Amino acid sequence: MERISTIHEINDLINKKEITYKEVTNAYIHRIESVEEKVQSLLKFMPEEALKKAEEADESGNTLSPLNGIPYGLKDNICTEGYETTCASKILYNFVPPYSAAVAENLNASGAILLGKTNMDEFAMGSSNENSSVKKTFNPWDISRVPGGSSGGSAASVAAEEVVFSLGSDTGGSIRQPASFCGVVGLKPTYGLVSRYGLIAFASSLDQIGPITKDVTDCAIVLNTIAGHDKRDSTSVSMEKKDYTTFLNREIKGMKIGIAREYFAEGLNSQVESLLKEAIKTYRDMGAEIVETSLPYSKYALSAYYIISSAEASSNLARYDGIRYGYRTEEFDNLLDLYKKTRSEGFGEEVKRRIMLGTYALSSGYYDAYYKKALQVRTLIKEDFDNAFKSCDVLLSPTCPTTAFKIGEKSANPLEMYLSDIYTVPVNIAGIPAISVPCGFDREGLPVGMQLTGRAFGENDILKAAYAFEQATDFHKKRAVI
Amino acid sequence: MKLTKEDVKYVADLARLEFTNEEIDRYVHQLTDILEYEEQLNELDTSNVAPTAHVLPIHNVFREDVVTPSLDREKALMNAPEQDKGCFKVPKVIE
Amino acid sequence: MDYEIVIGLEIHSELDTNSKIFCGCSTTFGAEENTQTCPVCLGLPGTLPVLNKKVVEYAVRAGIAMDCKIANFSKLDRKNYFYPDLPKAYQISQFDLPICQRGDVEIEVGDYKKTIGITRIHIEEDAGKLIHDSGEGTLADNNRCGVPLIEIVTEPDMRSAAEARTFAEKIKSILEYTEVSDCKMQEGSLRFDVNLSVRKNGTKELGTRTEMKNLNSFRALERAVEAESRRQIFELERGNRIIQETRKWDDDNGESFSLRSKEEAHDYRYFPDPDLVPIVLENSYIKEIEDHLPKLPWVRKKDYMEKWNLSEYDADVLTVSKDTASFFEKTVEACGDPKSVVNWIMGDISAALNEQNISMKDVKFSPGDLGELIGLINKKAISVSIGKQVLKQMMETGESPSKIVEKSGLSQMNDEDELKKIVLTVLEKNPQSVEDLKNGKEKAIGFLVGQIMKETKGKANPQVVNKLIKDNI
Repeated sequence: MERISTIHEINDLINKKEITYKEVTNAYIHRIESVEEKVQSLLKFMPEEALKKAEEADESGNTLSPLNGIPYGLKDNICTEGYETTCASKILYNFVPPYSAAVAENLNASGAILLGKTNMDEFAMGSSNENSSVKKTFNPWDISRVPGGSSGGSAASVAAEEVVFSLGSDTGGSIRQPASFCGVVGLKPTYGLVSRYGLIAFASSLDQIGPITKDVTDCAIVLNTIAGHDKRDSTSVSMEKKDYTTFLNREIKGMKIGIAREYFAEGLNSQVESLLKEAIKTYRDMGAEIVETSLPYSKYALSAYYIISSAEASSNLARYDGIRYGYRTEEFDNLLDLYKKTRSEGFGEEVKRRIMLGTYALSSGYYDAYYKKALQVRTLIKEDFDNAFKSCDVLLSPTCPTTAFKIGEKSANPLEMYLSDIYTVPVNIAGIPAISVPCGFDREGLPVGMQLTGRAFGENDILKAAYAFEQATDFHKKRAVI
Repeated sequence: MKLTKEDVKYVADLARLEFTNEEIDRYVHQLTDILEYEEQLNELDTSNVAPTAHVLPIHNVFREDVVTPSLDREKALMNAPEQDKGCFKVPKVIE
Repeated sequence: MDYEIVIGLEIHSELDTNSKIFCGCSTTFGAEENTQTCPVCLGLPGTLPVLNKKVVEYAVRAGIAMDCKIANFSKLDRKNYFYPDLPKAYQISQFDLPICQRGDVEIEVGDYKKTIGITRIHIEEDAGKLIHDSGEGTLADNNRCGVPLIEIVTEPDMRSAAEARTFAEKIKSILEYTEVSDCKMQEGSLRFDVNLSVRKNGTKELGTRTEMKNLNSFRALERAVEAESRRQIFELERGNRIIQETRKWDDDNGESFSLRSKEEAHDYRYFPDPDLVPIVLENSYIKEIEDHLPKLPWVRKKDYMEKWNLSEYDADVLTVSKDTASFFEKTVEACGDPKSVVNWIMGDISAALNEQNISMKDVKFSPGDLGELIGLINKKAISVSIGKQVLKQMMETGESPSKIVEKSGLSQMNDEDELKKIVLTVLEKNPQSVEDLKNGKEKAIGFLVGQIMKETKGKANPQVVNKLIKDNI
């Protein structure tokens, strides 16, 4: 059977009764069995449960939603009742949540079929998946390269066609950067659009769950299911539900697309830059209006981000102490010793580094200089975007300064690794939505991603712009050959 | 901002982490590097800028004072590394 | 050399809500260990808090009753520290923007009045309970994790153990009257931390202070203040310095000891909790709560004195606890005889409560029942002494007085013909007393009345009996 890739294609075939849900799930199970050895994107694979659900879907004949019977993957920081949820950390190696995340509940109710939990950088801290305490995931386009991170497993599993779609989480670019490296579509929704209940926190004021899919249509379909108010999350926004698929096929003529000059400056790989210029031309050809704009404070975003995210993380990760769940050290003299050994053995290097940074930034005497300062800069960055959106509907930029780098290439220097997030981080700081869509390939055949950023709750604008681009190009149809 | 070994040890203690001497040296370096990068924030005069703790202008999110079912004790304790008499067990705490 | 003692209190009070501050688990005291927990209050990864509306309302009520400024904008912060009773390793509390600030509470100590400043009142979550009695380890019961608390912080305005105690009692009564807390001290719903320093009389600067945490009775509070001030003066007199430290009060041995060896730098790394949004209170909301505030003790006291002519002393005693005051008011409503109600409540009832070590809340009968009892006495259907017997049974069974009277045939014997037979028999049996009485020994009549009461099981109307004795000798 030819591989069928997207949600909407599968739905077409199901509707025409040319295929059954069981056949779909089986096809994906077989695909995993044949490529997972090379990609290593999954931490947990649940073929029996998935097949059982697919059979039930065939028998019942009910179509609960467009996601009915669609096999998907969940990043392993999203809680699944009764199934290990580990954040790819030794400290949670055996943690089985007694509850499910809101998004997992929503997907389950929509009829989608969970096929596996995906690998990630430990506690979502990283840009390459090299920080997983379990294993490294490889880029399906070139297995000597990283898939990006931290949702590297989620992006790689979609690119390798092991699942139809997956969910990732994005704190500073963790959905968009791996989507860009793996040639798939990744959306970070507006902060507050998707419930964080059951998402194991990295940095609570920045984290947001979003879909990773093969095209923009699928992205809108998945977003329809996971977006919406949840009274268990105080930061979840209560607003009328939108059907995002209705915004796709709309006229783009006259849409104002902003180009921030700071995003096309030094550090940007020249091949990436020229592909982005091509993309701008495509938009102009379609009748969109290209507007030059500026985000003068964006260069401070990374500094602010590392303080805010690390400070919140230092507090969020304090609960892993070997008492109620997860790893506990083997030998200890007393309570203090238990705490220190458990945490020092249970957390990986990058996680400890950020806990140290965050603890320092909040510690007595430094709060104002670091944490408060970072929150003030956050205000300036937010205002930057507010100003930019006065003259445009969406902002167009590269998702990352480079394409996927080699495994081990940047792991020696944390700061250099952090720079990989330079275009994605400001979006999280401001809490606004952004999508990464494929916009071409470099000379080595590695995918390049274009980021479209919108106003708060302007998902409809960025989906519309992304869809128009996809209709005008073929990049999203190209698949990695493994 | 140059960190000292003492700074690193103090912070490690607060965070309940312990390190070897080499690790401490490494953290002195790496954290100093990161903090030097952070220095650029000082270029900005933020004396009149309000901090943004929440990006969304929402407030007053409350739940009603209604009791909902608790977890079965078995489930509450199912992940505990050590338990005894329906409780989480820890090394003796001297008050 | 004379010293002045300077005391500030931090008072933690559990709020009387049905559910916890950030989740729906019950707050009922005394449940089996870890049966009132859920993913949220266990701090399981991925869970999020949502603030209980009632907690805000109760804190505002307490704030208004303590004459505080209620904040139009406040927020919740995380206080970070590791302890096995704190599942998230941070306590959600309020740091720089508490819900209430700058209040005043007036106290009366002996013959003088004094105002104690309230620095702030903030809301926070309680921690769990550690059980130390199991051999080699410590056990953590998380039922109490997330029970809502307010913390009331005072200015260092108290100058003696008596002032501290009086203030603490006043706070308890305010919290009870405003129905914010049940203040069950034996269940730990009200706990005091004492900050204490001493200085030579006439000195302006404050001395170095120590802190004693978690005192859970007024007596412990008073004794701890006395002992700690003596200790500090003793140290200073010997030329030693006071060390700023946390001390543990050992109520059994009446002394405190230093926790210094286990102390470490407190660096709580407070920051705004990103999982919770700010609390914005409109003035209209605050006014609404103010308008519906239950009557406070000092208002009731004034009412009692003006409306019902009670003495200041009686009014004070009755308003110490809200349960007593309410019981009193309802009984007066039922029988219309405030003076008698005061006598019964402050006399027999109070004695019985003390004896059984229970409080007004635990009384089995209703104010209506007590009103009925007073009515029976006023109608002379029963004597006062029978009334006392009836009350005893009411305390035991909760039955209504008329039922008790009827069941045990206790109603008063007023019928002269019936009583005359008994009087004559008693006189016949006690010729010596009759003789004594005839000879003017008035004491003898008491004996004879007693004998008649014995015969009638106390039911005889004593006035009638007296008259009959005198008529028949």
